[in-house]
Amino acid sequence: MNAAMFYEAWHAMGANRLRTFLTMLGMMIGVAAVIMMLAIGQGAQFMVEQSIASMGSNLFIVLPGSATSGGVRLGTGARPTLTTRDAEAMEDLPSIAAVAPVSSGSAQLVFGSNNWSTVVTGTTPSFLDVRDWQIASGYAFTDSDVRSGTRVAMLGNTVVKNLFDDEDPVGKTIRIRRSPFLVIDVLSPKGQSLDGRDQDDTVFIPVTTAQTKVFGNQFPGTVRFIMAQATSPQTMPAAEREMKQLLRQRHHLPERSEDDFDVRNLTALANAAAQTTRVMSIMLGAIASVSLLVGGIGIMNIMLVSVTERTREIGIRVAIGARERDILTQFLLEAIMLSMVGCLVGVFLGIGGAALANALADVAIVVTASSILLAFFVATSVGVFFGFYPANKAAHLKPIDALRYQ
Amino acid sequence: MADAALIRTGQLYKQYETEAGPVPVLKDVNLVIRPGEFVALMGPSGSGKSTFMNILGCLDLPTSGSYILDGRDVSTLDKNQLAHLRNQVIGFVFQGFNLLPRASLADNVALPLVYAGKKREERALRSQGLLEKVGLGSYGRYVPNQISGGQQQRVAIARALINNPRLILADEPTGNLDTATSRGIMQLFRQLNEEGITIVVVTHEIDIATFARRLVRFVDGRVVHDGEVSRELIEEIRA
Repeated sequence: MNAAMFYEAWHAMGANRLRTFLTMLGMMIGVAAVIMMLAIGQGAQFMVEQSIASMGSNLFIVLPGSATSGGVRLGTGARPTLTTRDAEAMEDLPSIAAVAPVSSGSAQLVFGSNNWSTVVTGTTPSFLDVRDWQIASGYAFTDSDVRSGTRVAMLGNTVVKNLFDDEDPVGKTIRIRRSPFLVIDVLSPKGQSLDGRDQDDTVFIPVTTAQTKVFGNQFPGTVRFIMAQATSPQTMPAAEREMKQLLRQRHHLPERSEDDFDVRNLTALANAAAQTTRVMSIMLGAIASVSLLVGGIGIMNIMLVSVTERTREIGIRVAIGARERDILTQFLLEAIMLSMVGCLVGVFLGIGGAALANALADVAIVVTASSILLAFFVATSVGVFFGFYPANKAAHLKPIDALRYQ
Repeated sequence: MADAALIRTGQLYKQYETEAGPVPVLKDVNLVIRPGEFVALMGPSGSGKSTFMNILGCLDLPTSGSYILDGRDVSTLDKNQLAHLRNQVIGFVFQGFNLLPRASLADNVALPLVYAGKKREERALRSQGLLEKVGLGSYGRYVPNQISGGQQQRVAIARALINNPRLILADEPTGNLDTATSRGIMQLFRQLNEEGITIVVVTHEIDIATFARRLVRFVDGRVVHDGEVSRELIEEIRA
């Protein structure tokens, strides 16, 4: 194979432009469809993964158990059985990386002439790690703030928007249920959670401050729930076992009695969502691949016509010394070129189409180099695969029959 | 004794399979052509002369019998070796010129060099040289349908010459040309023969055959006459 053969293949493509274009059109649409579908599928996957990551990974939520009052069973969380001490004890478990007790409730916030109602979350500094919160400006409260119950607050983005106009909130004093709190920190926005809640509509304060100075609990030291993070996805079952064991022991529950708490795995739901989008994006890709296949068959079809049309040319070439290999190479090269040029245009069409979908329908898209490479590789393989049969047919024509062909 | 023959066929036999059974086309043809000869093959349609030509050109294989070309027994060669022979030893000229319609004349002439693996510069140089030799030096960039039939045949001859073959096989090279143009083409063959190239021409026109030095006549697949072209012979055939 040499440069002259590329040149000839290129010219053969130019010989019947309309036909070449129509043949390539199949390839273009196929590749564009694959790229678009992959972009949209991966976009959806990316969105889901992002909201999972914003929730924090390997999470458990431990809720207080139900209570029975005069034969009436109350729902989960009815009995304040969990305490900050339970949370502290859980921190020492081998499969647990971090624990954050949460004592929360809604409260009215006031700054200057603005006011806003939001969820006030009393917790410990490890909550930020567990739920993967980043700090935009200022600094987080510390364990010593928790110990001494200081009036400091960390504001979520939505709260900042509603309370402050253009000022920097850090260093200002806001009022939560009338008591003054120093704003020490603004948190980076997280956006919506998987279930559509605005995660940024919140305020964090030390858990002790919440218990004693904001909500004034009738059961001192109890919390609404405890967030716990396992050390890795693999240790999650062990972590669940250890927590249950520890809490039963701490709550002095007899052998036969029910748990007075409820451990829930938050990752399972997220994993299911991720799995769903993965399957969806694979399916989108598979459906789009069918059009690539159809494009390939189009190439084979046109190459077969071309071989028949050019039988005499093949005869001439054989008569002046072309080997079977040369004829095979020539037609294969044409088929590959058809598919590669079609593919190249298809890649641009696909990226353009995906960008259009993004602009018009606000669909999240992710175009990766690997999806482009994949489309290119598949297209070339299709060219080789579907070009081989016609090329082989051309190469095995008997020279004398080829020359006589009219 | 060394075999001085360029072409030697022994008991060459060829039959085509048809629905009505095998039809013999060549029957035990024994022919020797030595280097430097200029041979005309004549005969009526169906006499087997074209089939014989195709076998000589390694485009077709005999049913039985031997064919030695340039010292090599063609029946023992594989497809690639046959392609090499067609490329290097033989130059073909056809009745219908058989140029590639979309390629320029220069590219047409240079085509065999592509299969010989020659570089672009060498191809351009040699095809230009041969176009000049056949009197079409300034036509390199034209395509075949821009020039006359006679000119196209000259281009085809240039193509046949490009690998310096020892043998040129021409199958009715003047069949599509008028008398004056035909003479010009035959004149060119004669000149090439004088330069030492062996030429075999198939024709059914006696006027064309007179340019050759030796005349072989086929009838019903057999050689019925083989001898020098002489005035008496021509008169006899004309009559």
